[in-house]
Amino acid sequence: MNKEENVIEVKNLTKNFGKFCAVCEVNFSVKKGEILGLLGPNGAGKSTIIRILTTLTRPTKGRAKVANLDIEKKSDEVRKHIGLVAEKIILYNHLTADENLQFFGHLNGLSSETIKERSDRWLKRLSMEEWRDHQSGTYSTGMKQRINIARALLTEPEILFLDEPTLGLDPQTTWLIRDFIRELNKKGTAMILTTHDMHEAEILSDRVAIVDHGKIVALDTVENLKKLVPNIENPTLEDVFLELTGKDIRDTAKKSAPVERRGHFGGPTNNRVR
Amino acid sequence: MKKILSDLWQIAKKDLLEFRRDRIRLVTFIIMPIFMMILTGFIFPSQNSIKNISIGIANQDNQTVSNQLQTTIENLAPANNQKAFKAKTYSDLGAIKNGIKNQEVNGGLVIPSDFSAKLNTNQQAEVIIVEDQSNPQISALATQTLSQVVNAFSQQVGMQKVNQILTTRVQVQGASAQSFIQPIITKLEGLIPGETNYFEFVAPGIMAMVVMTAVLTGLAASVAREKEQGTLDGIMIAPISRLSIILGKATSQSIRGLIQGIIVMLLAIFLFGVTIHGNIFLVFLLLVLGIFSFVGLGILVSAAVTEQETATQLLFMFQFPMLFLSGVFFPIQQMPSIMQKIAYLLPLTYAIQALRKVMILGAGIMAVRTELIILLVFGAVTLIIAVPLFRRMVTR
Ligand SMILES: Nc1ncnc2c1ncn2[C@@H]1O[C@H](COP(=O)(O)OP(=O)(O)O)[C@@H](O)[C@H]1O
Ligand SMILES: [Mg+2]
Repeated sequence: MNKEENVIEVKNLTKNFGKFCAVCEVNFSVKKGEILGLLGPNGAGKSTIIRILTTLTRPTKGRAKVANLDIEKKSDEVRKHIGLVAEKIILYNHLTADENLQFFGHLNGLSSETIKERSDRWLKRLSMEEWRDHQSGTYSTGMKQRINIARALLTEPEILFLDEPTLGLDPQTTWLIRDFIRELNKKGTAMILTTHDMHEAEILSDRVAIVDHGKIVALDTVENLKKLVPNIENPTLEDVFLELTGKDIRDTAKKSAPVERRGHFGGPTNNRVR
Repeated sequence: MKKILSDLWQIAKKDLLEFRRDRIRLVTFIIMPIFMMILTGFIFPSQNSIKNISIGIANQDNQTVSNQLQTTIENLAPANNQKAFKAKTYSDLGAIKNGIKNQEVNGGLVIPSDFSAKLNTNQQAEVIIVEDQSNPQISALATQTLSQVVNAFSQQVGMQKVNQILTTRVQVQGASAQSFIQPIITKLEGLIPGETNYFEFVAPGIMAMVVMTAVLTGLAASVAREKEQGTLDGIMIAPISRLSIILGKATSQSIRGLIQGIIVMLLAIFLFGVTIHGNIFLVFLLLVLGIFSFVGLGILVSAAVTEQETATQLLFMFQFPMLFLSGVFFPIQQMPSIMQKIAYLLPLTYAIQALRKVMILGAGIMAVRTELIILLVFGAVTLIIAVPLFRRMVTR
């Protein structure tokens, strides 16, 4: 197989909630084995993009292929190739880690033995082995997220979607998860990872898409993105981000009139669609 | 197909395991029906004004006196020209009992063929009052009123007789004093032996109600909870049929509903002294069909609703009137006729009616076949509408 083969292709993808455009005319692709970071403020549309690509939400317009399968026409097939670590942790609090993993494994058509073998492996790697017989409700957020990641990996998917996987976790767990993400990627898993943590985007992603108001305002390697702010010396990804997205607070901006931007770049920053 | 069923069962099993671990929900689950039974037993009074109660009259005697008695009953109007009874004619006791079973009438009166003969020969004549035990409140009223009318009539007959003796001064041979003082006596006759209590009336209603709640509120709340917690996404991204998802959740809720219905039944039997006169398997069949008739509606609501709270509110709006309209707590025959018409649009009405017939009156499957068919059709139609809608709505 061609190493440059795209596992995800997105064309003019749009999602409207009523009149509000949550994702507007978005285009990008993810290569086999690549990590694409979606970096953007709250409400930018990152989760919506992920929900569309994982067949959980239907797009209003546009097309997307995941694992070379149309997400609308072949949604059943798409589901066989993907894993999802969503914004909300997908675990039942009243079930133990093992019961959760068995349940989701069975739904994905795996045999009990396969589930056992794989969860042994992931739980060991994520230091959760001794907790496997405890009900998930008793775990800390970090512990839950580790089981949640193990759950997403049960099918050993070729494409993994991670929606803010380290949000609200302590530094130890954050690093455990980041290391694990890199390790998986080395084995060839392609990923889309959303975050509003600049540093996380920078260290994990092969390329970063900066998302704002439902649009991708820039998409490139971190190195190339930094070249977009020539007026700042040794820019960080944060400089780029603020330059491209402005400093207005997002959660309130949606309702007010279009915000005056101090953008130096024409192009994408000026065609914000609201 | 096999895959759908096995996925369905995985989801149902998971739901039930989750439920079993949830102490709070488990306690409410058991306490709720007990609470309902006790509360309803004490709250609802059995007094009511009498009007337009359907009764069956079998006048097997058909002589002047008996016809007079019949007319008196038919024309009885205690208040503002509203007749107390709506009388239908039947041939005999058996026919009246059948009429009660088929909910045509709420009681009856049999005037035996020897009625006037006995009166004429100065013996005590007897009439039989038939009561509808599936409907204790109405039945008590009807019985009470009927016996009052008969007693008044009886006094009149007695007076006439005494008058006759006094005016003609004829020697009366072999007559008992009783035949003058109380020429007509009433005999109470039920469909089943023994007395009924309010619990007997209310138990089938509450059984049908908890079953309905489990598949309506329960299903919608359960789906909404999984939506809210995000776990539904975990199920939705699995490569399984959407049908198995919703039917799996419906299955677990149905099992819960059935268990709750059985709890109510056991409580009714062992705590409130209710006797089940019909076939117990028919009772189960009716409960299962009751569940089936609500699953489609439950799925519709689940699909439409994203938040648990909305689910509860929406269902409260529907369920609350439905409980009162379907005759869980008091007979629909007591409601104004427009309300009765609405009641007969609700599946719960049929579930309750059939359960009452079987549990209290010991009716067989043939006596409840109309209800069975209505429940089946209602369930099938709503399911056929609901499943594709669920498919569409969950991936909005
Ligand atoms: N189901 C929905 N209905 C209406 N609006 C929604 C819905 N889901 C998301 N949105 C809106 O779409 C925008 C993008 O949301 P989201 O994709 O969650 O952003 P992000 O993940 O980048 O923080 C937000 O303004 C959000 O309020
Ligand atoms: Mg998000």
